[in-house]
Amino acid sequence: MGLSKKAAIVGVDESDEIGICEGKTSLALHAEAARNALRDAGIDKSEVDFVATAGPSVMQICEYLGIQPSYMDGTSVGGSSFVIQVEHAVAAINAGLANVALITHGEMGYSARRGTASRGIDPRRFMDPELPSVQFEMPYGTGGPPSVYSLACMRHMHEYGTTHEQLAEIAVASRKWAQLNPKAFMREPMSIDDVLSSRWIAYPFHLYDCCLVTDAGGACVIIGADRARDLPKKPVWVLGSGEATTHTSMVNNPDLTQTPARYSGKRAFEMAGLTPKDIDVVEVYDSFTYTALVTIEELGFCEKGEGGPFLSKQRSAPGGDFPMNTNGGGLSYTHPGMYGMFLIIEAARQLRGECGERQVPDAKTALVNGTGGSLSTTGTLILGVD
Amino acid sequence: MTAPQRPIPHPTPETQRYWDGCKQHELWVPFCLSCQQHFFYPRRFCPSCFGWDIEWRRASGRGKLYTYSIQYRPQAPGFTPPYVTAIVQLDEGPRMMTNLVGIEPDPDKIHCDMSVEVDFLDLSDEVSLPVFKPARS
Repeated sequence: MGLSKKAAIVGVDESDEIGICEGKTSLALHAEAARNALRDAGIDKSEVDFVATAGPSVMQICEYLGIQPSYMDGTSVGGSSFVIQVEHAVAAINAGLANVALITHGEMGYSARRGTASRGIDPRRFMDPELPSVQFEMPYGTGGPPSVYSLACMRHMHEYGTTHEQLAEIAVASRKWAQLNPKAFMREPMSIDDVLSSRWIAYPFHLYDCCLVTDAGGACVIIGADRARDLPKKPVWVLGSGEATTHTSMVNNPDLTQTPARYSGKRAFEMAGLTPKDIDVVEVYDSFTYTALVTIEELGFCEKGEGGPFLSKQRSAPGGDFPMNTNGGGLSYTHPGMYGMFLIIEAARQLRGECGERQVPDAKTALVNGTGGSLSTTGTLILGVD
Repeated sequence: MTAPQRPIPHPTPETQRYWDGCKQHELWVPFCLSCQQHFFYPRRFCPSCFGWDIEWRRASGRGKLYTYSIQYRPQAPGFTPPYVTAIVQLDEGPRMMTNLVGIEPDPDKIHCDMSVEVDFLDLSDEVSLPVFKPARS
């Protein structure tokens, strides 16, 4: 149905290093990741005729990489961009407008905060005095994501009784996965009490409710069903996809306890002909512990408001019956600013059975949900292997 | 040495009426004559029904605290943590970002859905900013 199984993800990889990439630029991370993902796919750069990215303009990335594509996509909706671009690539391939799609990401989040590199996104674009957010929100001392995601979490706690302990369960489970991932940035053991005793960033968020800020790049390659089986790696089929947006600023979220994943997820499941019970591995954006919690509800893995109890008792940790964010997530593995690409990379690796110690046994289906902006925009992918 | 100044909003042609009201310490909100509801932020049309027949109405200044968070890291110049960022739902319907003032930044004292009322902070000779404080009982 729809775009189901019309194309597959056939190459994924990170930049050569992730975490702290001193001496590099965000553009260089795009290029390293592109080279590594194309190598993983066994495809030459000269075959790429669709390029998508977010951060720098897509024409900048095309020029930098030396690619002159016939189809391009610069959909720039924060961390969900790359997930949404997968759907766009599949659609373009299915329409016969493209053959080989390359999606790239690169950000120097860690180094930019220390003034040793630029992040890869011009912060001035968020500062235009005519923007409603600059006129009606920033005068109240709002700023980075913690200052507004905390508003959503507080309303959820008020309406559904979600607790700090339930949020901490997610951070701890992610850390356990990170301990099994050699590429993860934070691998020291962490307990619920460690989370609850960490300092406040924006109440109700403790420090360890908040994602990392790292340097990292990632890329993926998508190709039509006709060629996908002839490449070296097992094709990771796009079985379903959906995208949605409901607002840009948190204050304009129609219901602060919701996210557009309820719409993008519904469409993705319908396209795939699957339900939440059919999913073996879940990779959802965890800019904050709360982001993962609310997303699980919105996607229908549990009843609305039950995300806290559902994810308690380390259910999403290694060995639990709901493997989620198996690379350690944005909370413990890496999070350069727009994390969505890394959800795709991990889901593909799990489905190919490449994850070593953290491999989820017999994973045949995976769900990816990227979230961008202020719970503003989501892209959902349902992926599977033969 | 003077303290760094808080960000001061720059009115645009379509928001000028709002800021003019604030300068008089009055909260004025656009109202859609087609679908008969207030909306926020100001636009020349209603984002719900896309009607362009709108008028400005003075709001009561009363509402409920929809949600809040306590900022422990400075997000903007001129703010000293901890301070309370909040979303208030006006009795007329629309929600707006604001600061909750006149109460300790303490989760034991602040509660979602508590009644609040508007107050105004004069940021400059030209611009006053609506903030909210607990309603007088």
